[in-house]
Amino acid sequence: MNGIHDMGGMQDMGPIQYEENEPVFHERWEGRVYAINASLFALRKWNIDAWRYQIELLPPAGYLRMSYYERWLHINEQLLEKHGVLAGPAKATPSLTAAAAAGRLGRGLPSSHDPQVTPRFEAGQRVRARNINPIGHTRLPRYARGKAGTVARDHGVYAFPDTNAHFQGEKRQHVYSVRFSARELWGEQALPQDSVHLDLWDDYLERA
Amino acid sequence: MAHAHEHQSVPSDPALRVKALESLLVEKGIVDPAALDVLVDNFEHKIGPRNGARVVARAWVDPAYKQRLLADAALAVAELGYTGGQGEHTLAVENTPNVHNLVVCTLCSCYPWPVLGLPPVWYKSAAYRSRAVIDPRGVLREFGTHLDEDVEVRVWDSTAELRYIVIPERPPGTENLNEEQLAALVTRDAMVGVRKVQA
Repeated sequence: MNGIHDMGGMQDMGPIQYEENEPVFHERWEGRVYAINASLFALRKWNIDAWRYQIELLPPAGYLRMSYYERWLHINEQLLEKHGVLAGPAKATPSLTAAAAAGRLGRGLPSSHDPQVTPRFEAGQRVRARNINPIGHTRLPRYARGKAGTVARDHGVYAFPDTNAHFQGEKRQHVYSVRFSARELWGEQALPQDSVHLDLWDDYLERA
Repeated sequence: MAHAHEHQSVPSDPALRVKALESLLVEKGIVDPAALDVLVDNFEHKIGPRNGARVVARAWVDPAYKQRLLADAALAVAELGYTGGQGEHTLAVENTPNVHNLVVCTLCSCYPWPVLGLPPVWYKSAAYRSRAVIDPRGVLREFGTHLDEDVEVRVWDSTAELRYIVIPERPPGTENLNEEQLAALVTRDAMVGVRKVQA
């Protein structure tokens, strides 16, 4: 979705507000939201892509007005409702126990090594990011669409956000680090040696 | 869904809303308040940029470790005991006199939690996310980092599940410092790439 969250390359957002000795959480409630979010995620009713899409569905004015953890609070309320988590009797065991939380949950993502999935591209190849404008979730930012770059490395195999976010399957495929020259993205105002690397799924790319 | 309607009618102050949400989730047996305490404590006291600083200092003093870090940062970071969510697939990128790396997540807030903790507000702000890709040199100047025209700037936009940590340049005049003293010099900002490490 071409939403407000996709802000790479926008201008006029003002100076960067830097806070010296910033605390991890500014208010107690922010920490509680962080932790509630992690506990609810452990229910496995939604995945990370569906979670991100829910943030992206916030209306633009609200998205900009809300603080980061206000967004988290808002979408967790929405996800609870959407997935009917509060319906039915009380559960006997919580989604995440204190012991599991203390064990730091281990590695949360599956391995990216999967010889069953064939890569369509390889390092050194010229590629172009496809010009797609899906109304659903995507991790291909607007500023890279239609631009040509070079595959720098193959990161292995990951779930495809555009289908996973909508519970239409993981459609696991290779993700590549693609180097775009800053001039390709922004024109002559950029210095010729500068670049931006994006991590892009197979389905976002075509041969250039 | 009576409860959902109840918590929508509480005042909009986030502190009150969170309190209401937590009570409801605990009452429903969905969330364990002790687990919430542990999760908050992890990020307030255990996981943070001191972890990343130890990784960088080790890379500075141990060339073999640096090679492992550049080859698979998640594994190399785990050697020092740092694992967990948002660090499963990590890439380390190295600054040199000719190359300066800068990390951003234009779409949201992706950040390598096990080595840097949770991201600061500026990293998640519209100002940083929008400009880091189109005007990285201007962003760097705002942080007081002035690069020569001939330095190559590489911006890493964390659009997938890979997380990035910058290995800053070891500053001159630190030849006699030990690993622990070096780690004390390494800042969060240097590992995101917005500043250099000062001796």
